[in-house]
Amino acid sequence: MNTENILTSLSVMGKGMLGIFIVTGVIILSVIALNKITSPKRKIAKKENDDNENADNDKPE
Amino acid sequence: MEALYENLLQINVKLLIMWVIGGVLIFLAIKKQMEPTLLLPMGFGAILVNLPNSGAITQVQEGLEEIGVIDLLFNSGIANELFPLLLFIGIGAMIDFGPLLSNPKLMIFGAAAQFGIFFTLFLATVFGFELKDAASIAIIGAADGPTSIFVANFFKSNYIGAIIVAAYSYMALVPIVQPPVIKAITTKKERRIRMKYSQGDVTKTTRILFPIIVTIITGLVAPRAVALIGFLMFGNLIRECGVLDSLSETAQKVLANLITLLLGITVAAKMQADLFLNTQTLLILALGLIAFIFDTAGGVLFAKFLNLFLKNKINPMIGAAGISAFPMSARVVNKLGLEADNQNFLLMHSIGANVSGQIASVIAGGLILNFFG
Repeated sequence: MNTENILTSLSVMGKGMLGIFIVTGVIILSVIALNKITSPKRKIAKKENDDNENADNDKPE
Repeated sequence: MEALYENLLQINVKLLIMWVIGGVLIFLAIKKQMEPTLLLPMGFGAILVNLPNSGAITQVQEGLEEIGVIDLLFNSGIANELFPLLLFIGIGAMIDFGPLLSNPKLMIFGAAAQFGIFFTLFLATVFGFELKDAASIAIIGAADGPTSIFVANFFKSNYIGAIIVAAYSYMALVPIVQPPVIKAITTKKERRIRMKYSQGDVTKTTRILFPIIVTIITGLVAPRAVALIGFLMFGNLIRECGVLDSLSETAQKVLANLITLLLGITVAAKMQADLFLNTQTLLILALGLIAFIFDTAGGVLFAKFLNLFLKNKINPMIGAAGISAFPMSARVVNKLGLEADNQNFLLMHSIGANVSGQIASVIAGGLILNFFG
């Protein structure tokens, strides 16, 4: 039994699990952001805003 | 006539055992339908390479080296990691990340269910394996054949044959391995927890950007795994882009089938009796099983831990679907949910966790390559 290898594997266990959670966390946040940015509701809201602005601009002064 | 007898006399117990192993793999593939696409070619290959003086593998005859076709395939398809990567294009094209994209938080279970990999790494070193071999064995816990082949081959592990046999066998055995583990660490009340499923709108833009973003993030963190995740996501991008339907179909069917066809029989290059029949092989098979058990336990226990803080409880079995064995693991969880309560449908949640396991297992493989490469 190689104690040095065992200690290394324990350290890799900690670093590895932490690494996976961090990378996964970043991907989750990216997907949440992506869903928000591309959500149809947001697009509809933006379109409505634009339409309202255009309507205001078209009003005779 | 003498030449015939000469070859027959070279049959020994080791070769006979390998024929039996080959026969068992073929039996499991046909009769039990366990991963037949791989176990059948592997079983046949195990017999093919273990015939005395088999011309399918490289032999030295009268001082001259005669290259065998199985070795040729191994060197041109596995030793350079080509086959697992090409297979990943097909797998990527097959996966619908929709359930995951509509509920991205499920991805966390994919991460938790990789615990078995690191626990097995530790155990393998306790059993005296060198770090690179231990890492190759541990990656069986990725429950992902191409990743196992890629990592074991990257580290030039001598145990690649046993590792691949274990990886694919346990994937096929997920419906047998997971339920007792899940039941042992959950109560019936927990298994009855219902989860609401609301299908969020996932836009085409999200589906297209997702594979690109995952490739960039993983590539930045684990550059050595960028080929693995990159090919998986490339396949998915072909599927989702909407303008390459023909390529997507080819990747899902023709490419995946062609590579699988060659992969199984090529792996047999490492199933030669002298390489395969040793106590380490048995140990690797045992460690592979432990990896799957601790993957499952890691996912379930993490979900139970989250439940301590959540108002809307998660069914902890969803954590078990975080392993990469797709779609077997998702089906197991759904079945156990229905077993506890016949109206408890968990399939969409478990599929979300299951596909996240595909990504997390590749990330785990990449991190292992980074640590020991």
